[in-house]
Amino acid sequence: MAEQTAEKFKTFNVDLWKYDGQAGALIPLLQSAQDTYGYISEKAIDYISHITGIPSADIYGVVTFYAQFRTKPLGKYVIKVCNGTACHVNGAKNITDTINDELNIDYEETSDDGSFSLLSVACIGCCSLAPVILINDETYGRLTPAKLRKVLRSYKQRVKKEAQTEAG
Amino acid sequence: MKTVKIGLGTCGISAGGEKVYKAFQEELNQHAGAFNLKETGCIGMCYREVLVEVSNGDGSAHMYGEVTPDRVGRIVEEDIVGDATIDEWLVSGEGREVGFFDKQQRIVLRNCGIIDPGSIDEYVEKGGYQGARRALTQMTPEQVIDEVIKSGLRGRGGGGFPTGTKWKFTRGAPGDKKYIICNADEGDPGAFMDRSILEGDPSAVLEGMIIAAYAIGAVEAYVYCRAEYPKAIARLRQAIAQAKKNGFLGDNIFGTDFSFNIKIKEGAGAFVCGEETALIASIEGKRGMPRFRPPFPAQSGLWASPTNINNVETYANVPWIILNGGDRFAAYGTEDSKGTKVFAMAGKVARTGLVEVPMGVTINEIIFDVCGGIIDNKQFKAVQMGGPSGGCIPAAMCDIQIDYQQINKTGAIMGSGGLVVMDENTCMVDVAKFFLTFTQAESCGKCTFCRIGTKRMLEILERITAGEGTMEDLDNLNELSEQIKAASLCGLGQGAPNPVLTTMKHFREEYEAHIKDKKCPAHVCSALLTYTINEKCTGCTVCATACPTDAIFGARKAVHMVDQNKCIKCGKCFTVCRFDAVVKD
Repeated sequence: MAEQTAEKFKTFNVDLWKYDGQAGALIPLLQSAQDTYGYISEKAIDYISHITGIPSADIYGVVTFYAQFRTKPLGKYVIKVCNGTACHVNGAKNITDTINDELNIDYEETSDDGSFSLLSVACIGCCSLAPVILINDETYGRLTPAKLRKVLRSYKQRVKKEAQTEAG
Repeated sequence: MKTVKIGLGTCGISAGGEKVYKAFQEELNQHAGAFNLKETGCIGMCYREVLVEVSNGDGSAHMYGEVTPDRVGRIVEEDIVGDATIDEWLVSGEGREVGFFDKQQRIVLRNCGIIDPGSIDEYVEKGGYQGARRALTQMTPEQVIDEVIKSGLRGRGGGGFPTGTKWKFTRGAPGDKKYIICNADEGDPGAFMDRSILEGDPSAVLEGMIIAAYAIGAVEAYVYCRAEYPKAIARLRQAIAQAKKNGFLGDNIFGTDFSFNIKIKEGAGAFVCGEETALIASIEGKRGMPRFRPPFPAQSGLWASPTNINNVETYANVPWIILNGGDRFAAYGTEDSKGTKVFAMAGKVARTGLVEVPMGVTINEIIFDVCGGIIDNKQFKAVQMGGPSGGCIPAAMCDIQIDYQQINKTGAIMGSGGLVVMDENTCMVDVAKFFLTFTQAESCGKCTFCRIGTKRMLEILERITAGEGTMEDLDNLNELSEQIKAASLCGLGQGAPNPVLTTMKHFREEYEAHIKDKKCPAHVCSALLTYTINEKCTGCTVCATACPTDAIFGARKAVHMVDQNKCIKCGKCFTVCRFDAVVKD
């Protein structure tokens, strides 16, 4: 596992640092690391500290300040619920409740089997479709609790099938 | 030959624009050479996406709304091949969408939804880079600044500081290296003006930055754009690359000795980074926390060098001003506020989307004449302007003009342009709570009053919406608000109490209803509702099955009842009932 991680570190763009040669490149570097692994692990922080000479604690401070950076991996299907103003006044709360109920996860949580993660986003920019959610890159708009349950159940089915294919 | 243009801004894509584009591509394979296929940005009618414009060779054009992939075949067959428009799908043309564009004046959005944002040639064809050319080859930096001062342009990000004056300060500040920053960290919930501009006309923003750089003597610039706007970032990258290729960026622009480059920095998700000193800290790779001003960025900004920061919309105005003159820009608007303002319309309004109006029109004109009034003809209650730092303006006051001073007088602010419309079904206490939840979560934690004070305010609002508030809570909210405003460093903290203060000022009776009567007049705050079932009930039992606490009882095909002792007010029965038999009060 450790070897695998070391191997993987080579794949993110550490050159970002060399080009700029100034502290400003720390955030792009972290973004590149997260793009590669899906999250920022402790090991990644140590490795970035090693390249840049910035203390790990400072890097951790930056990682935890920005909402974009995660210190835990996300589930296979990432559900983003829009909680922008338009979605809020059009019932985003009902949407959140329905997901809580159907998948048994709350914001910033991942389901036990690693299939679903739930995130809240400020505005995904299609206020005319409110209330809206994104599942990975697919948009589902003008949702009602009933419509949403159907969507979520279809994803549950998909997860089940995928598990079967993997097992078989 | 006919040209088909598909709106592929984020709004268009979310509505399925890429699938429509693909369907047209497939049609094109079958009817090779029958039409040109192009993409464009957002024209503003987000409520009718996916939008498809068909233009004839002679320049006339018409537009279809709510296009889905399965409508594409008929459009190609009847319209493009058969030359007959499909009237029932049209949005533009006779008698449709009356008034949407009539009161608008498009300066910033001049090219949005019209040109292909991926093509610098189309931008140049529309007069693009002519403003920069004029500034660099025919004007001195001082003349450029004077022209911008004459235009009366003020910062469109929310602050409203006169742009020309800001440039003058930065030009006058001592320092060898100066920077230009474009603040594209648009974070207000309900605001999407800057995103649409970057997606629809990125080159206009770049050109504005080039002119600003020339005026203040900067050699390098950053666009700080939120990472949540991947499409806008991609458009910017493309536009920068094309500008370099065409000699609009790089060394010796237009053959002068002026050299200038623009880089992109992606934000990482922190609302406070819209504040200029926090934004600078973020570009420098640090935690994005604001610092004390002065020194202002104009004196000591990025890497401690003089730095000019404007937002996307401000820069997008600049090329037009240089090309058409400051006087023409100043001809629009009021004594205090010149030019136009772009608004992102959201909430309970019939036409959600993007509008650009001259300053001086009234809020009512925007809502009713441009945007078609309130959805389902409900009672118009208030607008929220300026996002989490702004405030609510009640319907009765909406005959005021769009003007910095007049809006400030109501307790709201112009802000960056989010305009959220609320109707009788919107609870103002809930709205205040919504915005405070947002600022509370986004407070960077540096100033104690912002960090802890907003938390205390939020707790009070949560109590009130749960029916546990007291009249004393209202006094505490006022007191905390004053303290947070006075003791916070940046606009986030200083503005955070505004949504609460304005709603308390204009809708005090709603707060009192929550506290004294334990009622939410708009029927939003669930803890204060009572669910009952009326005689419309057919006894279908759907609600009884849905109820998580078995609080609903009754025989099949007979009117059901709710056991109020068991009811947890989750509202499930209300959402599942198909007969409007569940009533909340």
